[in-house]
Amino acid sequence: MNNLERMKRFHQAKWNEPIIYEISEPGARAVLVPGPCCECTSAEEAVASLPSAMLRKESPKLPEVAQLQLVRHYNHLSQENIGVDGNIDIGQGTCTMKYNPKVNERLAGDAKLSEMHPLQPEGTAQGILELFYRTGELFKEISGLDVFSMQPGGGSHGVLALASIVRAYWRDMGEENKRDEIITTLFSHPADCAVPIVKGYKVTIIQPDAEGYPDIEAFKAAVSDHTAAIFFTNPEDTGIFNVRIKEFTRIAHERGILCCYDQANANGLLGVTRTVEADFDMSFFNLHKTFGAPHGCGGPATGMVAAKKELRPYMPVPLVEHSPEKGYYLDFDLPKSCGKIKSFWGIAPVVVKAYSWIMSLGAEGLREVSRVAVLNNNYCMKKILAIRGASISFPNHRPRVEQARYSWQKLKEDTGFGTADVQRCVADFGTHYWSSHEPWVIPEPFTIEPSESYSKQDLDDYTAVLAEIARMCYEEPEAVRRAPVNSTVHHIDHDYFDDPAKYAITWRAYNKKYKGYFEPR
Amino acid sequence: MSKKVYPYIPNSEASVQAEMLKFIGVDSIEELIADIPEDMRMKRAMKLPEPFCDEAGLARHVGAMLGKNKTARELVCFLGAGCYNRYVPAVVDEVAGRSEFLTAYAGEPYEDHGRFQAMFEYQSMMAELLDMDVCNVPSYDGGQAVGTALRMAARIARRKKALVPRNVNPDTLAVLRTYLQPDVEITYVDYNSKTGRICLDSLKEKLTEEVAAVLVMNPNFFGIIEEKAQEIADMAHAKGALMVAYVEPSTLGLLAPPSQYGADIACGDIQALGLHMNYGGGVAGFIATKDEPRFVDEYPSRLFGIAPTSEKEWGFGDVLWERTSFANRDGAKEFVGTHAALWGIAAGVYLAAMGPQGMRELGEAVVQRLGCLKKALSGVKGLSFDRFSGTPFQEAVADFSESGRTVAEINEKLLERGILGGYDLGKDFPELEGCMLIAVTEQTSADDIKALASALDEILA
Repeated sequence: MNNLERMKRFHQAKWNEPIIYEISEPGARAVLVPGPCCECTSAEEAVASLPSAMLRKESPKLPEVAQLQLVRHYNHLSQENIGVDGNIDIGQGTCTMKYNPKVNERLAGDAKLSEMHPLQPEGTAQGILELFYRTGELFKEISGLDVFSMQPGGGSHGVLALASIVRAYWRDMGEENKRDEIITTLFSHPADCAVPIVKGYKVTIIQPDAEGYPDIEAFKAAVSDHTAAIFFTNPEDTGIFNVRIKEFTRIAHERGILCCYDQANANGLLGVTRTVEADFDMSFFNLHKTFGAPHGCGGPATGMVAAKKELRPYMPVPLVEHSPEKGYYLDFDLPKSCGKIKSFWGIAPVVVKAYSWIMSLGAEGLREVSRVAVLNNNYCMKKILAIRGASISFPNHRPRVEQARYSWQKLKEDTGFGTADVQRCVADFGTHYWSSHEPWVIPEPFTIEPSESYSKQDLDDYTAVLAEIARMCYEEPEAVRRAPVNSTVHHIDHDYFDDPAKYAITWRAYNKKYKGYFEPR
Repeated sequence: MSKKVYPYIPNSEASVQAEMLKFIGVDSIEELIADIPEDMRMKRAMKLPEPFCDEAGLARHVGAMLGKNKTARELVCFLGAGCYNRYVPAVVDEVAGRSEFLTAYAGEPYEDHGRFQAMFEYQSMMAELLDMDVCNVPSYDGGQAVGTALRMAARIARRKKALVPRNVNPDTLAVLRTYLQPDVEITYVDYNSKTGRICLDSLKEKLTEEVAAVLVMNPNFFGIIEEKAQEIADMAHAKGALMVAYVEPSTLGLLAPPSQYGADIACGDIQALGLHMNYGGGVAGFIATKDEPRFVDEYPSRLFGIAPTSEKEWGFGDVLWERTSFANRDGAKEFVGTHAALWGIAAGVYLAAMGPQGMRELGEAVVQRLGCLKKALSGVKGLSFDRFSGTPFQEAVADFSESGRTVAEINEKLLERGILGGYDLGKDFPELEGCMLIAVTEQTSADDIKALASALDEILA
């Protein structure tokens, strides 16, 4: 049996798993809590000393389950979920899904880290502070920049840190009110647009030119003495590397504008070109994407922020520093800092995983990561473009760096099926597909990012699935309409998500709105 | 010498690369990146330390570094101040460590049904704990959660001012300040120097028609229950402002949920619900509200809802996707990205494992230990718990100002005896110089408390 036939026989775990409240049994317990620590004070006496008006009258309606039933419930849910370890996760483009080495998980989960309180004296935290510091040192070489903060909790949070630094910088320059605009590009990540707005900036979006590059003439027209910063993702979400990027930074710098690089898509650039070579003043890197820490269903993550030394005064506090006298320490002495971005010092376990990942590969290994990511992407691209109904954005522009944004527009015109239909079908083959985030200016989009973790066979299998689905769209429309049939669930009625009368975001909201199965009260 | 083998990069093998290049129709990988301009290329190899190519070497290296830490397990821990040394049941680690959850990401309902259901259940259990009908997928941390909660309030009330009491956690406040800048202005409300609670006179004075929201932290940073919370909510509502309550969810098995004293939006951090402290990395924020469009429309975060399927199964998906910056990049109200979903799944397991009875017992265990601690320390010379008259819950202000010693000195001496002393309040509150915030959890034993008492006896003798 070939792999495609094998994948056709896939069936995702389907347990018809009840909502946890449906398995609740009054009085059941999965864990017990320690009783009083000694007899000098009883719990009753202690509770009686609390203001009675502030005591809870009715217990919270949490489920009651014994431990086996609890474990079984969550194991069923985990099996109804595939993740990188269970599938060829290249359909989640822009997210750099890759293998997350198990040893790193063990190291980060060690009690020597997990049981540390963030406010412990620095002398008792030398190990983790040293690891933060060393990670910064590695990034000096990886990015070419000088100062680092591991505080941001994800890529968008990294963008928030950049925008906050921009504001702190212009405040210090006395131009906070004048410099009130930020320029980004259409194919930069949504956060590059949404975050500056949160920080009070007007945002100008540069449209792509015919080749898919941000339109430089439009950019020249957009920059002014009101521009505070530019936020550019490169390569953009189309996988196109902006070859004129230095011209953009030159034009910006001539007007004193700060240049912020979104390096969320850096997986194809390690050791090839860096933030500093593109002449950006700051950037962020996703330690959970490029640097191998797992995504955890959407975090915890780290969007490490890096900057040139001139911008050190504006970095989030505290920075991790080292001196012979103090050892490793947290430096809060930045009076012009943009402030604090995140509670305490950041997500230490993610930093441990990224550090370990880099230290298991070294300079040569990182270069190989990028070489193979680019190879895998261009290999996939050739395979996908041979599929009937598939095309690529900006077709004149090839090759691409680490990912590419494609389109099923032709498929849609020919068969009536688009990217959402393909998505339902892919679920039947034991793998994952995502229809791309905004902007949907490329019709019926899909974004494929193979990263370095997948084998040639994986790439052959995944692209064979796409080819098979395209064939089905042309030849077996009924089968496409039925999909998914091998997934955990069948066609979900999405009308329930946009109507306040119908949506239920919690089980109690569901029970207030419905009596039996979605039967309105 | 043969080429290195990279265990995480299957296609690093030369013959595979050659085959793939041939298929693409190029001679080398370099041709695929030929358009990156020469003047942007790194002209040399990166100078990084020699890697630990074998896993054993890596484990030894990283293990040795982390081995330099002293943990709260090795020391006796009385530190709280926003991060709590709670026991994490083994089932929580078991589920959160499952690679199907750990390595999944954004997902789609058809492939990652389990993730959607687990998050829906987390939202549902948090909603019960908080007595609200809507709760979001976890945000980065409590600081961001309260920042968003106040921004939501500002949009709902169409006003630009937030009243923030001075007895909130300074670390949370620091994040909040970054988050609100520049569009929401913070006005500070004093705390009552006798009770440690919010000063109602100060609140009354600051509460104008321009105020969008009044924030209450409950218990507040001094560990004290804000027992006049209903009065504060009434005052806010009378001026057309909302009440936002920042609550410690682990207290809510015993303490009244925020909706029951008039809070319109509840928020906080779930670290204490079964997440390891992780040197401060075990944090994730929550926001909860009523199920009304004026609230729900203002969430920037993902909200997972339940829906029917064609075969009458439980289906799940994103509620009001168009709200989010994923869908509406320049029209979104705030932003959304990779946050802390796995910690939400973990907290869900914790809440289900504890159940209503467990959460109540947790609260009892904590207040019982705090009572025991105060008794055990009552004889220590130069120490009093009388700085504030308000009722503390899981941590209390110990006043050492009569002892002639600084908190830093005392903590140093405690550490010599293997004890992590409390948080030095004088750092953020000059008026509380000489005061220490001491926390207990259900893990604090009678021996721990005895050890602290006798160590303090020695140090202050």
